Amino acid sequence: MSRTKGDEEEYWNSSKFKAFTFDDEDDELSQLKESKRAVNSLRDFVDDDDDDDLERVSWSGEPVGSISWSIKETAGTSGSNHEGREQLKSRSSSLSYAQLPKPPSTYSLSSFFRGRTRLGSFQSLSDALSDTPAKSYAPEVGRPRGEYRDYSNDWSPSDTVRRLRKGKVCSLERFRSLQDKLQLLEEAVSMHDGNVITAVLIFLKRTLSKEILFRELEVRQVALRHLIHFLKEIGDHKLLLDLFRFLDRTEELALSHYREHLNIQDPEKRKEFLKTCIGLPFSAEDSTHIQDHYTLLERQIIIEANDRHLELAGQTEIFRKHPRKASILNMPLVTTLFYACFYHYTEAEGTFSSPVNLKKTFKIPDKQYVLTALAARAKLRAWHDVDALFTTKNWLGYTKKRAPIGFHRVVEILHKNSAPVQILQEYVNLVEDVDTKLNLATKFKCHDVVIDTCRDLKDRQQLLAYRSKVDKGSAEEEKIDTILSSSQIRWKN
Amino acid sequence: MAAHLSYGRVNLNVLREAVRRELREFLDKCAGSKAIVWDEYLTGPFGLIAQYSLLKEHEVEKMFTLKRSRLPAADVKNIIFFVRPRLELMDIIAENVLSEDRRGPTRDFHILFVPRRSLLCEQRLKDLGVLGSFIHREEYSLDLIPFDGDLLSMESEGAFKECYLESDQTSLYHAAKGLMTLQALYGTIPQIFGKGECARQVANMMIRMKREFTGSQNSIFPVFDNLLLLDRNVDLLTPLATQLTYEGLIDEIYGIQNSYVKLPPEKFASKKQGDGGKDLPTEAKKLQLNSAEELYAEIRDKNFNAVGSVLSKKAKVISAAFEERHNAKTVGEIKQFVSQLPHMQAARGSLANHTSIAELIKDVTTSEDFFDKLTVEQEFMSGIDTDKVNSYIEDCIAQKHPLIKVLRLICLQSVCNSGLKQKVLDYYKREILQTYGYEHILTLHNLEKVGLLKPQTGGRNNYPTIRKTLRLWMDDVNEQNPTDISYVYSGYAPLSVRLAQLLSRPGWRSIEEVLRMLPGPHFEERQPLPTGLQKKRQPGENRVTLIFFLGGVTFAEIAALRFLSQLEDGGTEYVIATTKLINGASWLESLMEKPL
Repeated sequence: MSRTKGDEEEYWNSSKFKAFTFDDEDDELSQLKESKRAVNSLRDFVDDDDDDDLERVSWSGEPVGSISWSIKETAGTSGSNHEGREQLKSRSSSLSYAQLPKPPSTYSLSSFFRGRTRLGSFQSLSDALSDTPAKSYAPEVGRPRGEYRDYSNDWSPSDTVRRLRKGKVCSLERFRSLQDKLQLLEEAVSMHDGNVITAVLIFLKRTLSKEILFRELEVRQVALRHLIHFLKEIGDHKLLLDLFRFLDRTEELALSHYREHLNIQDPEKRKEFLKTCIGLPFSAEDSTHIQDHYTLLERQIIIEANDRHLELAGQTEIFRKHPRKASILNMPLVTTLFYACFYHYTEAEGTFSSPVNLKKTFKIPDKQYVLTALAARAKLRAWHDVDALFTTKNWLGYTKKRAPIGFHRVVEILHKNSAPVQILQEYVNLVEDVDTKLNLATKFKCHDVVIDTCRDLKDRQQLLAYRSKVDKGSAEEEKIDTILSSSQIRWKN
Repeated sequence: MAAHLSYGRVNLNVLREAVRRELREFLDKCAGSKAIVWDEYLTGPFGLIAQYSLLKEHEVEKMFTLKRSRLPAADVKNIIFFVRPRLELMDIIAENVLSEDRRGPTRDFHILFVPRRSLLCEQRLKDLGVLGSFIHREEYSLDLIPFDGDLLSMESEGAFKECYLESDQTSLYHAAKGLMTLQALYGTIPQIFGKGECARQVANMMIRMKREFTGSQNSIFPVFDNLLLLDRNVDLLTPLATQLTYEGLIDEIYGIQNSYVKLPPEKFASKKQGDGGKDLPTEAKKLQLNSAEELYAEIRDKNFNAVGSVLSKKAKVISAAFEERHNAKTVGEIKQFVSQLPHMQAARGSLANHTSIAELIKDVTTSEDFFDKLTVEQEFMSGIDTDKVNSYIEDCIAQKHPLIKVLRLICLQSVCNSGLKQKVLDYYKREILQTYGYEHILTLHNLEKVGLLKPQTGGRNNYPTIRKTLRLWMDDVNEQNPTDISYVYSGYAPLSVRLAQLLSRPGWRSIEEVLRMLPGPHFEERQPLPTGLQKKRQPGENRVTLIFFLGGVTFAEIAALRFLSQLEDGGTEYVIATTKLINGASWLESLMEKPL
């Protein structure tokens, strides 16, 4: 639905629209203050036996005796005799302690569940194809013997699933035919218990060929999603990618591959990895971003090596005066641009670290560029550069000031970097909207601008009001008085 | 100890007692002295059901947090690990166990999975060669934890992500199990309503589980009349908006964890005089927030604009009460005054705390940026300029405000416009990637997948119809003495709560068209009761509805439901359950991709 112009105007003109306001703000604040005072005044009277009958609370607010409090406490006291125990231990360390005896699981199901690391006897196709170290995933192994008691060969798929759900031991190996296995899976899925579904999937993954597994899961979406989740969890990226390829879910494939770069710390390796992402079937928009990600890191590695060298050599003034706080590696593009504007502003376009080069390579919009350059140069108090950023020459050679971001933003950024009043004033004057200009000038104490604007608006009242805000006997006061007494101006009020 | 749990219509202390009993039973299985090694995440939720004293009664002598390498020394017979079923925790446990084995006298290891055993985790323990070291491996199904007299949460931080991003139903299964436990304690719930795909699943699971238990007939007189299951993705909008109730704002600004909040200590500086302020506390001040505190129960659900006046009134009342001491002349009068002192002191302490918190919050809500943000949010929610690039959002990106804040606003815009125009979406995306880093491509995709951020398809924007039919935007909102739930967002009435309200009166049939615009099926199921258990409602007696938010609920929504419960002619009282207490920030945080 698009609102008509009329609608909008009505909206703005009506006062119905309500933001979260504190109408009688002073009143409310004073109420708060008042209650605080009242409360404070009571303190002397009542403080001494404060915790009678109240729950005892330690400073951190944790009731004494709560679990997290007790962890600190009990852990603390054990620390004192820690050393003694250490000594004891080292004396006894010559005795080698065998591991705790394993429960005697004669039925060891693990023999069924062994991966190929053991004897290679049970190699399934999926094991053979996957080059992750074979892990065995058995639903239940090594429980005390008692629990094997009711092990039976006759459990139906639904009984089996029910038992699995209760955490009991069950062999899945008896289910040999594809049909049995699928029935088992369907039972598990209909129970909705993720734990059991996963257990069955582990079994299927190990005993079915990849192609059959994928084919059957394609028509069983719930199980499929559990498998994807499971593969992510255990980090089996290769099988996951195979699966996405099979399902023709190419974008997920690409994203899933790209995701892995997050876990690569080394910048060189990360860069090489990103290179492998280029050309994967991302959406058109994302492809550009991925390409840019790679190019950016590549640049950063070069810049980092170079600048670290310069900084260590200690010959370059900018690095001596403003030592780098952190490495530029893996920083976002805009941060990198800021860095370039800070340390490499004047470099020719040909270098990797020149801001102009970055702007071109990554197609950074004018607005973004000016904003970043302004912030960087203002931080260095390079007012001349700031000036140059907004100066344009037309073909007749006249200069004109233009700011794609609006001069009100320029003023705010300059103020944030504590620019002197003369500089601020110059830019406040360039703000087109008079109200905004007056607001900014008042906020940042650009007296001349305020005074001149009031004069231009012929607003005597406002000028009078402003007079009370400037220092007594200052040049500003004098200026206001001169204007107020001038007979040339026809005041509107 | 937890009296506040029994204040409500349904006594949730019954549930608390049940889970405590189960915990004691497990502890007694491991005979002898014990040390518990905690998955740190669990200490918060456990704190709501048990104090250290309970554990101590069952010979728990030491407690540690689960950390890499070796365990601190402890002269105990049993070492019990209390953990969530997560693979990375299994690695740590294995390391602990192996170094302990090398160390010395054999002790018994046990592991308690909360809320469920996981075959995958046990397999990991086996791969690491330690599975056999554990004597007891059990699960403790702490599915629903009582937070307050009318509030239950599973505190499962990944539930929304699992349900809506990964389509993993495990947390739904836990929700269904939690509901079965509730029914075992409070009787079968005769009617189930639901909206959304996950709601449907949970209802199916419940029905199936009930069939499996046919052997034992539940003979408890039902406490709940209805169950309403709601998918979070039916209402993606509400958590994105900034909550404006007192409790909601505390959560937005400081984050409430398991009913505790940590606050900057300056405002709570030592109150004893003569300390000369020499040691200002540097550690955060931690406070528990629940209805056990009378004042908090009164103000938590108010719009923040209405909190100041309550606090100042209370201050006057308390001052007056203390002044009474001058009037106490006879011994009897003095005695009576003294007997009231503890209560008055508690009230004074509570008032001092909340006055300080209110001041802290006011510093934020009166800031220019808060006002600007709220203005944009309210524009979006009332349907203004949702289809073009918003200049405030642009500014936020240019000034590199926290990414979560930016994403929250963009998602809000997208939801209020039934998706963004492709050009607008692409523009935002590019700005975000260039400013915050390309890796956020992954997070943006996640947001797209769950429907929070998407291109407009079909060119149709349903939101205005939904807004008007459900009266989601109210122009005349009364923050001081509210007449409608929209007070919790100063104008916006949370969609989820509106659905609950309309269900109770006049019924969903009146909004069929809108229900079809919202994702997922809506349905109704009946669970027949034997005649002896059927309720004959007294005239004027309210129905009790259990409303379960699958994927999270905010404090502002809870406040709105409590408001409905308190309406004199409302007809329905609500008990609220959820997978997790969330706010917009914590919610989006859970969807962000981070390195493993």
